[in-house]
Amino acid sequence: MEAANKGCCCQSMKAQDERYQKLADIIARYAGQPGALIPVLHQAQEVFGYLPNDVQVLIAEGLDVPLSEVDGVITFYSLFTSQPRGKYTIGVCMGTACYVKGAAAVLEELKQQLGIDVNGTSADGLFTLEVTRCVGACGLAPVMNIGDDVYGRLKPEDIREILDKYIQAERQADA
Amino acid sequence: MAVYRLHVLVCAGAGCVSSNCKAVEAALQDELEKAGIAEEVKVVETGCIGTCDLGPLIVVYPEGVFYQRLTPDDAREIVNEHFVKGRIVRRLLYRPAEDAEPVALTADMDFFRRQYRIALRNTGVIDPEVIEEYIARDGYAALGKVLSTMSPEQVIDEIKRSGLRGRGGAGFPTGLKWEFAYKAPGDEKYVVCNADEGDPGAFMDRSILEGDPHSVIEAMSIAGYAIGAKQGFVYVRAEYPLAVERLTKALNQAREYGLLGENIFGTDFSFDIEIRVGAGAFVCGEETALLTSIEGKRGEPRPRPPFPAVKGVFGKPTLLNNVETYANICPIILNGAEWFAEIGTEKSRGTKVFAIAGDINNTGLVEVPMGTTLREVIFDIGGGIPKGKKFKAAQTGGPSGGCLTEEHLDISMDYESLTQVGSMMGSGGLIVMDENTCMVDIARFYLDYTKDESCGKCTPCRVGTTRMLEILTRLTEGKGEEGDIEKLETLARNIKASSLCGLGQSAPNPVLSTLQHFREEYEAHVRDKRCPAGQCLALIQFFIEPELCRGCGLCIKVCPENAISGNRREPHEIDVELCVKCGACQERCPFDAIIRR
Ligand SMILES: Cc1cc2nc3c(=O)[nH]c(=O)nc-3n(C[C@H](O)[C@H](O)[C@H](O)COP(=O)(O)O)c2cc1C
Ligand code: SF4
Ligand code: SF4
Ligand code: SF4
Ligand code: FES
Ligand code: FES
Repeated sequence: MEAANKGCCCQSMKAQDERYQKLADIIARYAGQPGALIPVLHQAQEVFGYLPNDVQVLIAEGLDVPLSEVDGVITFYSLFTSQPRGKYTIGVCMGTACYVKGAAAVLEELKQQLGIDVNGTSADGLFTLEVTRCVGACGLAPVMNIGDDVYGRLKPEDIREILDKYIQAERQADA
Repeated sequence: MAVYRLHVLVCAGAGCVSSNCKAVEAALQDELEKAGIAEEVKVVETGCIGTCDLGPLIVVYPEGVFYQRLTPDDAREIVNEHFVKGRIVRRLLYRPAEDAEPVALTADMDFFRRQYRIALRNTGVIDPEVIEEYIARDGYAALGKVLSTMSPEQVIDEIKRSGLRGRGGAGFPTGLKWEFAYKAPGDEKYVVCNADEGDPGAFMDRSILEGDPHSVIEAMSIAGYAIGAKQGFVYVRAEYPLAVERLTKALNQAREYGLLGENIFGTDFSFDIEIRVGAGAFVCGEETALLTSIEGKRGEPRPRPPFPAVKGVFGKPTLLNNVETYANICPIILNGAEWFAEIGTEKSRGTKVFAIAGDINNTGLVEVPMGTTLREVIFDIGGGIPKGKKFKAAQTGGPSGGCLTEEHLDISMDYESLTQVGSMMGSGGLIVMDENTCMVDIARFYLDYTKDESCGKCTPCRVGTTRMLEILTRLTEGKGEEGDIEKLETLARNIKASSLCGLGQSAPNPVLSTLQHFREEYEAHVRDKRCPAGQCLALIQFFIEPELCRGCGLCIKVCPENAISGNRREPHEIDVELCVKCGACQERCPFDAIIRR
């Protein structure tokens, strides 16, 4: 608890950023509990979208675990990332069911349309492209998700229209 | 309580959610209001009904009429025709084949008719967010019986006599495992549920957690009583947010009802459960890695012994079972070990849930007695291979397993028989592959997966899988060298012999098993630089068969590279220099005149 406060106070600029306040709350909730690191990292990533260095430092101090261990855990688990991502993360399922039903062609089409490779982020900062493990919707293979939306029975031809939906929404939000 | 004329089950499992069942449900509610019969018809959201490919879908009771692939626009017709006038809407019924007569009732559909549901008894039948629906179907009666009439030893004995074996992969006798944890010295013990479901293509654990979370909670409490634990953990993979949500709700409801927490049923037994969410590492499904991950660390496996039953979470004795294993517990307690032991085969008692996916007409979840043949599962329940293609192979056991071929179609699906032919039961994922699947490419796919997921702790697994993947990739690119097959075999032996955990020990299995059954396909890749299945792009070219081509010109329109030319009504031709092998022309040709070889 104390360590968490210390982390925030010495960076007064950030104290005003409500995301850091949320982080302090999360840390306070878990401090002292065994096995807290992974749940805290999950929630911190939810708040920040990724796990930048200063956030890692605050978590290490707040939970009283060595920074090297925080880093070790982040690099071990594929869902944690210390790199910023696009607004929407596109996850193409590369599980067996999806692979057998042509997920590779869907991924290829996405790479073409977005002009990026796997783990890349599109120039407009809108999309990050990833491949994911089976999401358990194998009956609808091939499957991808964009943020919280899941799309099944995909064909490469469908990709353009789906992407456009997000791009349109973005334009409208800007206007 | 209100009495309803009709009950409408709307599947809200993960598959159907992604095909937008929520919009269909909203439209139904809306139309019911408009027709003024909202009071007579109860709409219930359920977990996965099993036929995910046919979603969004509803089942209308009392009769059990099954409507499939619905859009919100269909809602009005169903309400006005069926619910108001009592006339079934034939257009929206399921048809076993395109030209077949529609089948109206689930009871008449082969997919449901041939199943025996124990673990899935409530999934797709009750609303998982309403604890009363679970209770109405004997929910928490088993826990009540255990707490009021049975000693821990009696519970363990019942499970032992039932013959239940672990459904998470290895098939270890469950009762024996409970006994180990019971006998392990220590006052602090834990009960853990493995819901990491790592086999890509398997989704039964997800469906149970989403469709019937209380069955797992109740069983874990029984396990807690039996071994003397007060605390449980469910380790769920992060890819299953809906499962986490439903489980969280269920835990809260159980606590409210006094069925979880302090002094359950007013006895002095206390037990509670916490959820731990994974973070995308396949190896965390392995039991020792999972326990380390619960402790908040890098999920690296450690050597056994000590087994988790002796030294598990936080160094304490821990019982770890899979979701489906737990889902079998309450019926065994209520109906007795003898009832359960009569189902299945001599060494594999009870039922098994299979997730059938890939090149199959009815993808989905099915639960059948152990010993059902592969043929029954694929052809009778699964409806066979789409587009009249030939069955080539089925992979069981996921990345740790092997493939079954035509000669195995009549094999009894049980632990021993599957292991005997070089595959394994695994978690019950069943990926069906048709004649167009290249087995070398499939082996490459699995090795790519295990190489990525290797935790890197031991060299044979880390470096060995990388080497194997390199060779397999080279084969699919037409760069195979004489001796590659033998190199694969040597690597496979070494990795199996010297890896620490099951991931490494089983990683070479898909290669060994495809080599065993499809060696000639490997040889064709190496020697003739040919892919017999016509899948490996580097090894094939697209051709138009002049005798079959009618010169309709449709292929020209879809070719992105303008690689096709020809005069109307005359055979067309593909310029192999320009063709990028996208396959669009082949998809389009109405006369199947375009071939790859
Ligand atoms: C690499 C690897 C991954 C595994 N993944 C899972 C899994 O996702 N789910 C599961 O229940 N068991 C998995 N297992 C098996 C577990 O280690 C363990 O045997 C099982 O959960 C025990 O439960 P059961 O006796 O009820 O089957 C995996 C094993 C290995 C070696
Ligand atoms: S066999 Fe592979 S996954 Fe298992 S501990 Fe060794 S390196 Fe890690
Ligand atoms: S495979 Fe693609 S590029 Fe080649 S001829 Fe057919 S449509 Fe054109
Ligand atoms: S679509 Fe088929 S039949 Fe028509 S021109 Fe092309 S190859 Fe010939
Ligand atoms: S394999 Fe893609 S959802 Fe399961
Ligand atoms: S999710 Fe609806 S049938 Fe499986």
